Amino acid sequence: MKKYIDTGKKDTRSGFGVGLTELGRTNPNVVALCADLIGSLKMQDFIDENPERFFQTGIAEANMIGMAAGLTIGGKIPYAGTFANFATGRVYDQIRQSVAYSEKNVKIAASHAGLTLGEDGATHQILEDIGLMKMLPGMTVINPCDFNQTKAATIASAEIDGPVYLRFGRPKVANFTSENVEDFVVGKGIQLQEGTDVTIVATGHCVWEALIAAEKLNEQGISADVINIHTIKPLDEEIILKSVAKTGCIVTCEEHNYLGGLGESVARVLSLNNPTPQEYIATKDTFGESGTAVELMAKYELDAPAIEKAAKKVLARK
Amino acid sequence: MADINQLKDFATQVRRDILRQVHAVNSGHPGGSLGCTEFLVALYQEIMTRKEGFDMDGIGEDVFYLSNGHISPVIYSVLARSGYFPVEELATFRKLGTRLQGHPSTHDGLPGIRIASGSLGQGLSVALGTAQAKKINNDDNLVFTLHGDGELQEGQIWEAVMYAAANKVDNLIATVDYNGQQIDGSTEEVCSLGDLKGKFEAFGWDVLEVKKGNDLEAIIAGLKEAKAKTGKGKPICILLHTMMGNGVDFMMHTHAWHGKAPSDEQLENALSQNPETLGDY
Repeated sequence: MKKYIDTGKKDTRSGFGVGLTELGRTNPNVVALCADLIGSLKMQDFIDENPERFFQTGIAEANMIGMAAGLTIGGKIPYAGTFANFATGRVYDQIRQSVAYSEKNVKIAASHAGLTLGEDGATHQILEDIGLMKMLPGMTVINPCDFNQTKAATIASAEIDGPVYLRFGRPKVANFTSENVEDFVVGKGIQLQEGTDVTIVATGHCVWEALIAAEKLNEQGISADVINIHTIKPLDEEIILKSVAKTGCIVTCEEHNYLGGLGESVARVLSLNNPTPQEYIATKDTFGESGTAVELMAKYELDAPAIEKAAKKVLARK
Repeated sequence: MADINQLKDFATQVRRDILRQVHAVNSGHPGGSLGCTEFLVALYQEIMTRKEGFDMDGIGEDVFYLSNGHISPVIYSVLARSGYFPVEELATFRKLGTRLQGHPSTHDGLPGIRIASGSLGQGLSVALGTAQAKKINNDDNLVFTLHGDGELQEGQIWEAVMYAAANKVDNLIATVDYNGQQIDGSTEEVCSLGDLKGKFEAFGWDVLEVKKGNDLEAIIAGLKEAKAKTGKGKPICILLHTMMGNGVDFMMHTHAWHGKAPSDEQLENALSQNPETLGDY
């Protein structure tokens, strides 16, 4: 098995902040907007270096999305940042008409996604955003798994000529993916472990959990093929189909509702090409609640022990 | 300034185009389109700085956004007759495969349209983004918008109104089609806008009223006055008092023609009140 080293826990939102700052230095067309959450989105360095390229909209997310669309008309590449809840559900129609249907080069930077936002509770813990965004024609949906990958995804998103939904989070988690931003390719899954018994496909904060689960399974003689799907749309169908051809069963892992998430995208690919037993690590059509990130990942069965259990369950269904 | 009679002829032809587009597919929004005809003719033929051809970025020229996208027949006619696409294409309005969608769209590459609109309340925010982009680009040209008065019931409008004043977006002229009508009746009955001038002023905008919103000379004078007020630290609002259905006697003084097409007989009557000037498509 490949060994992955946690180089020190960091939050994915800081990866976004560093990536945005880097873009500010390398791409004069990059601008940023924020709806009163500069600190939470780690945008201060970009603002300090490029005050004329930053727009504080106040607590007015609909206006922020519309302004981002308008900034593209004039050649800008806007990054509009707020919490994932306010970046999607609150402004769905603005994104649909002014960004997606109008094919505007807007990047939606969505922090504090999912349960791991923690103590603030369900009003802020969106578990439906991947579904909302992936259903919009032309929208690219990326959910990176750690600091390095979020930085790389932020930088890579500027090269896409079209709308991108970039989903990241609040908690400090293991930082283990490549530091080389060139290793990140939008739409290309990453093979983390080679295995023959069960495929584990994971996105976002669940990827590190999947790696821990794979080690536990390995100790018990079960060989897991672990794939990091950071880009949910467009989905790397090839890497998934190649893996299940080998293993014959799959577990999908995400910090999102099982309705509308990565798991459903994978199920569509499998049902069309190679129907395969699948188990879902995801929230089961429920709202979240207050608690620490670690407690919530355990309670809603999104952590390594839950993945290990699901792998055994799907193996038995082969 | 162009000969006023030429502009009047242009407007009469646009009214014919509106009526014929809507009649051909028995759908669309003639009332508001007719009410804003003179405004859009003045804007495109007399006021805006426009480049030859069309590019999406609109750098180096004035940019216009139609926020109340349902009055698409009038913008399509004005764009076609201003040279953005062939006038004959007006015959495809709302038909399968057309670039002239029911509500304006960029999806099919229609020259002259930079953003989709139809879901109301979004155009002012888009205009703010472009106005800010123009400032970063050191582009001295202006951004114009048009909104329905009923549209101002959308909350996003007031987010944008607040932002514009707070950030001194003074290269923007937003015009309100102040006809007092919306689908369910008068704006007064549906949800009163109250003291609209006072509201914009309280938010920090410079507000002008054009009382004769269907009089080309009054509109041009109002737009020129508005342009003279740009660059002074405040966004500009024009309250344009218009008559819905203007130019067709039976479509005026009612909200009945907001989204209804005329019958064959009604079309004939309406066209007889607006004789052909520049040639029908």
